[in-house]
Amino acid sequence: MPKHTLSVLVENKPGVLARIAALFSRRGFNIDSLAVGPTEHGDISRMTVVVDVDALPLEQVTKQLNKLVEVIKIVELEQATSVQRQIVLVKVRADASTRSHIVETAELFRATVVDVATDSLTLECTGKTDKIQALLAVLEPFGIRELVQSGLVAVGRGPRSITDRALRSA
Amino acid sequence: MTDTTTSKASPASLAAQARSRSTTPAPASNGAAEPVAEQVTGAQALVRSLEAIGVDTVFGIPGGAILPAYDPLMDSGKVRHILVRHEQGAGHAAEGYAAATGKVGVCMATSGPGATNLVTPIADAYMDSVPIIRGITMPITKHNYLVTDPAEIPRAIAEAFHIASTGRPGPVLVDISKDALVAQTTFRWPPQIDLPGYRPVARPHSKQIREAARLIAEARRPILYVGGGVIRARATDELRRLVELTQIPLVTTLMARGAVPDSHPLHLGMPGMHGSVAAVTGLQKADLIIALGARFDDRVTGQLSTFAPYAKVVHADIDPAEISKNRTADVPIVGDCKDVIAELIDAITADQATRGTADYAEWHTTVQGWKQTYPVGYTPAKEGLSPQYVIERIGALSGPEATYVAGVGQHQMWAAQFVEYSRPNSWLNSGGLGTMGYSVPAAMGAKVAEPHRTVWAIDGDGCFQMTNQELATCVINDIPIKVAVINNSSLGMVRQWQTLFYNERYSNTDLHTSHDARRIPDFVKLADAYGCEGIRVERAEEVDAAIQRALEINDRPVVIDFVVERDAMVWPMVPAGVSNDKILIARGGAPLWEREA
Repeated sequence: MPKHTLSVLVENKPGVLARIAALFSRRGFNIDSLAVGPTEHGDISRMTVVVDVDALPLEQVTKQLNKLVEVIKIVELEQATSVQRQIVLVKVRADASTRSHIVETAELFRATVVDVATDSLTLECTGKTDKIQALLAVLEPFGIRELVQSGLVAVGRGPRSITDRALRSA
Repeated sequence: MTDTTTSKASPASLAAQARSRSTTPAPASNGAAEPVAEQVTGAQALVRSLEAIGVDTVFGIPGGAILPAYDPLMDSGKVRHILVRHEQGAGHAAEGYAAATGKVGVCMATSGPGATNLVTPIADAYMDSVPIIRGITMPITKHNYLVTDPAEIPRAIAEAFHIASTGRPGPVLVDISKDALVAQTTFRWPPQIDLPGYRPVARPHSKQIREAARLIAEARRPILYVGGGVIRARATDELRRLVELTQIPLVTTLMARGAVPDSHPLHLGMPGMHGSVAAVTGLQKADLIIALGARFDDRVTGQLSTFAPYAKVVHADIDPAEISKNRTADVPIVGDCKDVIAELIDAITADQATRGTADYAEWHTTVQGWKQTYPVGYTPAKEGLSPQYVIERIGALSGPEATYVAGVGQHQMWAAQFVEYSRPNSWLNSGGLGTMGYSVPAAMGAKVAEPHRTVWAIDGDGCFQMTNQELATCVINDIPIKVAVINNSSLGMVRQWQTLFYNERYSNTDLHTSHDARRIPDFVKLADAYGCEGIRVERAEEVDAAIQRALEINDRPVVIDFVVERDAMVWPMVPAGVSNDKILIARGGAPLWEREA
């Protein structure tokens, strides 16, 4: 099933996330990734939801999302016409013999070292999902001790703003 | 980039539009009048809000958490509170009130069991798009509020009424904490409505309307599939004009009975599992289905993959999520049925001016043939009283101005088939959810809403035992409804399925309410115990006199215990999950199609 990235503009009120999550779970859709945060407008939050689902059920779930009173707008962001990023923090086993290797790998991926201990390194890396997966694959042989990943965030390319248009129509 | 948002109206213009559409006075969002501001408790703010929005009746039961609201309610000169016997009764009464009038019905309950007992009527209202309001939680409501700040109460109430009554109507729950009810606050009215994410589309897209008109002009075997949305949209006048203009045959679903008079020559009856042969077959053979405020429910379509195989579909509904949900629409139209039909009339009139009127003569002959050959009927019982006869007489003697409210089961289907409807909102029933026990409390609500009308609860002996306690409410509050208990001493519809599909093994469907010399309970004595008039009818000769007597009594509710034969079945029938082509007109009897060939 193809992955779809939805940007959902919602009113910044308690309970909204629960309603949206419930809608996906009721239809048996697994949310691949979810990121929620404020926007340039204080009373609007933006959720970026990545789901694995076919186009037809996605259309149904989008219609249902639109029916939620607090949902202002839903836009599907295509890979080709948007910038999509995730952040990962990864704690890798590192001793004197492997440390320089790991730092070199980090540089190749433009990841930064954010914490150093005698037997570990913690890296921070930002990028598209496939870049992050590639980094993790390279780090795997060193031994990944802990891994935390943010939800995907995405914004459309070009000067147009979906929040702007949402507010104009409001 | 796919932009999935459809609405662009400003909230202010939308609120204004909603006001002009709705009989419920919605609060102004930018108040022209001098706003009110005074110190009150949250409970007082709640009662004041209900008064300000024009509520005249609330159904409910007090309890610990809601007590603070009942104190100011006692002093309200505008809001009549009707004390029910069970929260389910309060919920169904609010539904009956709303369904009879199109206004928003209101019910109240306390926390805990009070709230959980409201779950059934709320879910029922959600399925049948009935606007009711009140104070629990997830997708059995159109929207819900949890209010913990007393200052938020007026706004929550105003928004709740706006959401309940606009777009696709539906129940909205306002859950107010006891802390908020007892706290002090400043009451301000009208409150500011701020719903940037709620902008229901009412006006249909003109391109889609033109496309629909084109398909109608090209069709040879078109049919109007009329659903409950037409009644909720108060669009029956427009619908009747559309039928006259186009001469397209129509069917009305269980939720739409009365949208067009049953006596209309082009009316083919009710479609679906217990629909007429003409209505079911009309949809199966049509080359164009124009669905108006209907949702292709499985009770209508039967096996979906074989439903209406030759038909293109024009699907108009105010809820975009209903369109193409079950059957893909060739022409989707999002809009309020009142606007959709009015604009369709304009487009078709323009079309007819250039192309001339479409000729459906051959199709008319075909559908009239089905209608005449296979009318909905019944074989009178050899022994005992036929339930269909009883219901037919109730309708004939009470007339089209009466309101008929059914429970759920065989009696509901017979009431849909054998009462002749010609008025929208004259038929109320629990269609989507199928809630047994709906009838008595919903009839009570309808009678409160329209005291001048005769209101019949046509109930079964199973359903009646679920909510008859509301007869006490009716007697005490002077709500003289009439109850016809179609008493076959069993859960009749389940029994019918056991007869047909379970080798007549009647597991747990005998209710002992009339047969084998047992009456547990005796419904006449029960009526008497409540202070209602109780009448028993066991023979066909007694039916008319009993109904006449019931129609003459208007100072108390009447309960007629119609003891009917228990083996009567609802026909026609399309068994669950099979194609509508396999409709049966009687046990083991399919229509003889070759006759029309």
